[in-house]
Amino acid sequence: MPTKKNGDSQINLHELQSRLKESATYPRQVIAEIQRAAETGIYDIRGWGAKRSVPNFDDLLFLGASMSRYPLEGYREKCTTSVTLGDRFASKPIELKIPITIAGMSFGALSGSAKEALGRGATIAGTSTTTGDGGMTPEEREHSELLVYQLLPSRYGMNPDDLRKADAIEIVVGQGAKPGGGGMLLGQKISERVAGMRDLPKGIDQRSACRHPDWTGPDDLAIKIQELREITNWEKPIYIKIGAARPYYDTALAIKAGADVVVLDGMQGGTAATQDVFIEHVGIPTLPALRQAVEALQELDMHRKVQLIVSGGIRSGADVAKALAMGADAVSIGVAALIALGDNSPAFEKEYNSLGTSAGFYDGWHEGRDPTGISTQDEELAARFDPVMGGRRLANYLNVLALETQTLARANGKSHVHNLEPEDLVALTIEASAMAGVPLAGTDWIPGKK
Amino acid sequence: MSLEYDLASGSTRELNKKLHALGIANKTDKICVTNPNGAHALAVGLTRPLKVNIKGHVGYYCAGMNQIAEVNIDGNAGPAVAENMMSGYVTVTGNVSHYAGATSHGGTLLVCGDASSRCGISLKGADIIIKGNVGHMSAFMAQTGRMVICGDAGETLGDSIYETKLYVRGSIASLGTDCVQKSMTEKHKNELETLLISAGITGADAAEFNRFGSARKLYNFKVDNADAY
Repeated sequence: MPTKKNGDSQINLHELQSRLKESATYPRQVIAEIQRAAETGIYDIRGWGAKRSVPNFDDLLFLGASMSRYPLEGYREKCTTSVTLGDRFASKPIELKIPITIAGMSFGALSGSAKEALGRGATIAGTSTTTGDGGMTPEEREHSELLVYQLLPSRYGMNPDDLRKADAIEIVVGQGAKPGGGGMLLGQKISERVAGMRDLPKGIDQRSACRHPDWTGPDDLAIKIQELREITNWEKPIYIKIGAARPYYDTALAIKAGADVVVLDGMQGGTAATQDVFIEHVGIPTLPALRQAVEALQELDMHRKVQLIVSGGIRSGADVAKALAMGADAVSIGVAALIALGDNSPAFEKEYNSLGTSAGFYDGWHEGRDPTGISTQDEELAARFDPVMGGRRLANYLNVLALETQTLARANGKSHVHNLEPEDLVALTIEASAMAGVPLAGTDWIPGKK
Repeated sequence: MSLEYDLASGSTRELNKKLHALGIANKTDKICVTNPNGAHALAVGLTRPLKVNIKGHVGYYCAGMNQIAEVNIDGNAGPAVAENMMSGYVTVTGNVSHYAGATSHGGTLLVCGDASSRCGISLKGADIIIKGNVGHMSAFMAQTGRMVICGDAGETLGDSIYETKLYVRGSIASLGTDCVQKSMTEKHKNELETLLISAGITGADAAEFNRFGSARKLYNFKVDNADAY
């Protein structure tokens, strides 16, 4: 029996634990946060996305083939994964080999070599990667066959030459981790190069605005899109990225404003640095957001005409297949891509421990002390990261996602992953059934539908 | 080469295509655009040494993301004229709406009339010269570059300003958070005189202006400054 010395008395820990009653209202994590807030006087800022449990793709199942649905032969019968994005108005839409893209992450939040690895991995897998706040680096452009250039409220590094070099333009209205919030890149990550790209002095906190500086509302946005199209000769697909706040209306308004592609980011989507209270308490999960966005597309007769990319908690081919079955045209990954590069690797456990954390829990991406060299501007740490190896790891992971998606599509008798449909899905819980709009398993019942 | 383009019988798309194709031989082409009638996104994304003269009022984003070209708007301009300009020179003979010169990195925007709210928002290096007054929240989060306001400024001028220099001749309704008056040294007077002369402004003496900029108290987040946000 384990014992522990406490003064002169011996305490039986097993007995103690069985007698102690933890408060449901004040569990240990809540107590620790109150104590931390009292000590520091500032809210908790961290990276990653929502860590709370919410209904998600794990709460859905595929039915698979049966008497009335014929499966396709694995490794023999073709199941294609290609997707075209942006053919509504753009003269040069994007062709992806797989329906999985890399989400926008900034040079500044990530090291230059990590950005390069994202480009390398995406290119090997035949998909696109995306810039972020702070502009486009030459390394990123060079190593990304298909690069989406973000137009963000801060306009840090916004340059018409880079706009013309991009393969698509993504106007960022919101982000799933913080719909309605801006950002802050803390001074310790502002190296000379990052500062130069953002036209600000080195070492100061860089506030990323929460609203665009030159338009307000969807009517203005339509004109902003016209300007971007005029500058780029109507060649580039225009994406509009929204955080999952009011996805039905926001998707409808994005379509009205003239988007070629809507990017919808659920609350599980990652961030480089945001207040914990914002990440955990604003926005809705990816599951209901996706259903509402698809409903808006269908009601406007724009489903499959304006493409929908969904992100926020996509981890496996099962997640990809379920998102496509619910009506998405493609998905996007951020946190999972960083993990594939090596983030939170157990190989760095000792260094994580020295930062007061552990592999699998590290979310201090804003602090610039990432031992893997991924979310840092510290040259010594960044030099640890090999962009060629990182790119290979990401490509491997993307290939696995694609293979898993194909496996599930074939099992449901689909020769293209886009042929997956809501009819192939059931839900394990009443909540997921209501949110995803698919029946509770073993019933014909969808809460809220007659 | 000197050309004319009539938007009454043409289109924005056709005009911009024409403008993007001009100036290839590295010589300054001139083009006069008539009947703009408030059209949006005119003369955007120019990259060559053109001289564009637009006779009339324009809508949103005229001369947006300009590089090198000189654009003269003989009238009023709608929101975000010369937004994100990189270089070149944009002149508006009349008044301008919100967000004039927003996020501009370089070049000069000269407004002969008044500017509405948020003029020079997130300015990133350009010079903005306003002969008249500017509206509220002008130079909000302005990062670098210079703004010369020959008239009065509205409420919360320079809120959350970084390193942009503001020269104001008239009254200021109020200064924004972290924006303070700074000393007007000979160096600053000389800098301002050069700007005024380059803009052809003869009726204003540099000695009549005051200089404003950042107190730099909000550059790094401190919880004790929370009341300022």
